Amino acid sequence: MEEKFAHPELRTPENLVYKRTDLLVDCPLSYCPGCGHGVVHRMLMEVLEEKDIASKTIGVNPVGCSVLAYDFMNIDMLGAAHGRAPALATAIKRLWPDRYVFTYQGDGDLAAIGTAETIHACNRGENFTIIFINNGIYGMTGGQMAPTTLPGMRSSTSPYGRDIDIMGHPLKITELIAQLPGTYYVTRQSVQTPAAVRKTKKALRKAFDLQDEKKGISFVEVVSNCNSGWKMTPVQSNTWMEENMFPAYPLGDIKVNGELVK
Amino acid sequence: MAKIKGDIVVNIERCKGCEVCLAACPFTCIAMSEEVNSKGYHFAMKVNDDCTGCSNCALVCPDGVITVYRAKVTVA
Repeated sequence: MEEKFAHPELRTPENLVYKRTDLLVDCPLSYCPGCGHGVVHRMLMEVLEEKDIASKTIGVNPVGCSVLAYDFMNIDMLGAAHGRAPALATAIKRLWPDRYVFTYQGDGDLAAIGTAETIHACNRGENFTIIFINNGIYGMTGGQMAPTTLPGMRSSTSPYGRDIDIMGHPLKITELIAQLPGTYYVTRQSVQTPAAVRKTKKALRKAFDLQDEKKGISFVEVVSNCNSGWKMTPVQSNTWMEENMFPAYPLGDIKVNGELVK
Repeated sequence: MAKIKGDIVVNIERCKGCEVCLAACPFTCIAMSEEVNSKGYHFAMKVNDDCTGCSNCALVCPDGVITVYRAKVTVA
């Protein structure tokens, strides 16, 4: 196909500004078009590349959409049972204290079935990083209601909207774990705009830097979209997320250097 | 006069046509193609010469299909 506005003369290595990192395996990601998982995967791998710690990092993949993360990230990965990633990461970090360990979990994994493991790992103050992708829905299984689903939000198991009288309130697990003395850095970010992506990358970088200090869990929540589960186009879902998710899950640092800032 | 000029290379077969890059581009340099790739997705393509190589599109691309180049060129 003819590329009318292409400038092949500019495409030289010294002019290169941005390319997909080689730490991501050169294969198509299994996520839906427009899903935030891909961006978080890439930012995570860029942080490991910049810190040059890819060979010393062990990731724990969850159950959920990102269960195949070990296929995409070209680092050592272990698969945990549903919700048990923080327990497995605890074992890895205690056996190999010099390795960088992270878990990558969704809201169904971390905030529903894995609530106990998450809270206890955070309370013990283990020295690893938890990356929590919150899209307010069980994406992989077909858009069922999750603990993080907003009041009034439609899902396949709450087709008339989440009724808080029957189904209870959304679980703000990030605020919850920020109260625990074992967490050192807790932040909430998003990946829908270039500025937000840069902030998320900075937060991830800080989370991995803090593993050297051994002062407790660094926890990065990323509010993301699930356009398939929300039945929207990717761009619509990003707008919907800004209008509805962000008031309920406000972005920004919640705990920095062990001190609550919000 | 020196001018910053950018160019993007889209990995057409990996593009899933989500259009997130269109919303991120400050100069509306990107549009979806009329053709489709082998998976049936309309893919992103550069449609004018206003690109400055800011790499916004590449940052928000969930599949990382965009490679960005940037150079200072002299124009008469």
